[in-house]
Amino acid sequence: MYVAVKGGEAAIANAHQLLADRRRGDRSLPAISIDQIVAQLGLAVDRVMAEASLYDRELAALAVRQARGDMIEAIFILRAYRTTLPRFGMSVPVDTARMKIERRVSATYKDLPGGQLLGPTFDYTHRLLDPSLLTDEPVAEPIRKTADESSMMRVSDILAGEGLIEGDGQMPEDHVPGDLTREPLEFPLNRDLRLQALARGDEGFLLALAYSTQRGYARTHPFVGEVRIGEVEVELDIPELGFAVSLGRVQVTECQMVNQFQGSAKNPPQFTRGYGLVFGQSERKAMAMSLVDRALRAEEFGEDIVAPAQDEEFVISHSDNVQATGFVEHLKLPHYVDFQAELDLVRRMRAEYDAKFGAGRDGNVREAAE
Amino acid sequence: MTDLATYNFAYLDEQTKRMIRRAILKAISIPGYQVPFASREMPMPYGWGTGGVQVTAAILGPDDVLKVIDQGADDTTNAVSIRAFFQKVANVAVTTKTREATIIQTRHRIPEETLTAGQTLVYQVPIPEPLRFLEPRETETRKMHALEEYGLMHVKLYEDIARNGHIATTYAYPVKVEGRYVMDPSPTPKFDNPKMHMSEALQLFGAGREKRIYAVPPYTEVVSLDFEDHPFEIQHFDKPCALCGAEHVYLDEVVLDDKGGRMFVCSDTDHCEDRREHGHAGHLLAQQEAAE
Repeated sequence: MYVAVKGGEAAIANAHQLLADRRRGDRSLPAISIDQIVAQLGLAVDRVMAEASLYDRELAALAVRQARGDMIEAIFILRAYRTTLPRFGMSVPVDTARMKIERRVSATYKDLPGGQLLGPTFDYTHRLLDPSLLTDEPVAEPIRKTADESSMMRVSDILAGEGLIEGDGQMPEDHVPGDLTREPLEFPLNRDLRLQALARGDEGFLLALAYSTQRGYARTHPFVGEVRIGEVEVELDIPELGFAVSLGRVQVTECQMVNQFQGSAKNPPQFTRGYGLVFGQSERKAMAMSLVDRALRAEEFGEDIVAPAQDEEFVISHSDNVQATGFVEHLKLPHYVDFQAELDLVRRMRAEYDAKFGAGRDGNVREAAE
Repeated sequence: MTDLATYNFAYLDEQTKRMIRRAILKAISIPGYQVPFASREMPMPYGWGTGGVQVTAAILGPDDVLKVIDQGADDTTNAVSIRAFFQKVANVAVTTKTREATIIQTRHRIPEETLTAGQTLVYQVPIPEPLRFLEPRETETRKMHALEEYGLMHVKLYEDIARNGHIATTYAYPVKVEGRYVMDPSPTPKFDNPKMHMSEALQLFGAGREKRIYAVPPYTEVVSLDFEDHPFEIQHFDKPCALCGAEHVYLDEVVLDDKGGRMFVCSDTDHCEDRREHGHAGHLLAQQEAAE
């Protein structure tokens, strides 16, 4: 006898209790602390901050722990918190030339003012599993340079001096930057909103799109003008005071991609830019973002739109992993009402088919369907 | 990090609620038109009812009585979860009785019991754009709505008939609202479409991920698209509900064993329980009682 399934509430509570158990894992081991996650899984924390659009290492680490290390789940948790925060102002644009640099490399110049600074990079490490990390062996202190207060010229400024690269994107004087977390997106977008969407877009999705441009789907002939990682000052204009005050510093990764452009009737041949700016240390994301940004500027430069990476509506509509994961995973919710409707239709069409072509042809299947 | 969890009544802050209410008012003023709104990240995933939850949060008051259903049932896991959410963040009264509710949030069904004036039905909508699977671009579909260019939809329905002899759309069956906008009724079975027509209740539709709200105000014409020689028709079930004996209701098929055994029961659990309380019994219930 069929009994209507009841007790969804108890089932959910039990499932969540089991989740909490699995999250904690073996109780004989100490629980991982937020400080440890911030200190030792820093790049995971950075990714969560970047794609959640919230710069707070502790909360991001909490989200990573709560999500059992599932990055998209952690991003989702932090976003759902961020959205409840009031927006009390808009910062002055950060000046990345005044960044306190930890890493800065250029692929276009052998040497340049400020020099090349490798910083804490995986580059040139040999990806051999390191047995010394199995135990907590002491790690030597790194060599540090003395603090340098001077600003470090951006590669784009060097090229701009010669007039060989387009200017920094200019917006009309009265343009108020959009905020995609406060207004619905309307296509086509301005570049400010597009960059916002890319900055919180899924790293993997942008990486794949960027890769596709390198393999010929909207090739843009890119050079890494420069990647820089470091801390920038965030300042807020206080109308009552008449000047900007500093709110603190945030770590960001910036990538200026330099791309070829043949010129058009309106513009002389010059280099064009793709731009990437991401919270924390995330070179892969900043580079992918700058490639996709450049590809998405196809229309602006009168280039043929032939590849997915150039298609703004396609890229931006699908770059948000919180949206994507929700909608893909919602398929596991019950759909039996709709499925019943489809079942009914298929049975009717099947009956008509059998009446027309004879039922005996596939007797087994028919029996099962009844 | 200390005072993390201080949330406003019904979770959303008042600014956000005002923004959503403005979108709702606009939607009511232009029946069937999809109003863009600045959908927020909600503490449940996109695609799991965030649009409906935001609409409900924006219209919910302390005196409201809330009912939440999914697939017609109050006890499906996501309905339980959303109901618990509003109990937690709004401490609002909840019910499973259709007629007691002032707000009913639903996914995939319209209750069998006719809704009355003063009630609001809030639909969770995954893809608000009825033209989406014919034209993936928002920039294009908005133009098509503006120009009332719905030929493509009729061609699609015609092609269904030419190919299958039927219109092969069984749920999310497109409707025309007040003779103007073609609207997606959300993935309710077409069985429910006639209930939208001239309903006394206010019908609000929220699509969180797609950032759209639309509405059907009370006493509004909602007509399912069809052709003169292929009129719209709803699903019919051969058997009544096995538990309450109801006819002309939407039924779920339940697989009983691995030998092809099936039973059909009301998808609307409240309706079914109410009928059984009033002494109606379907054949399975009658059998069981006879056995006891």
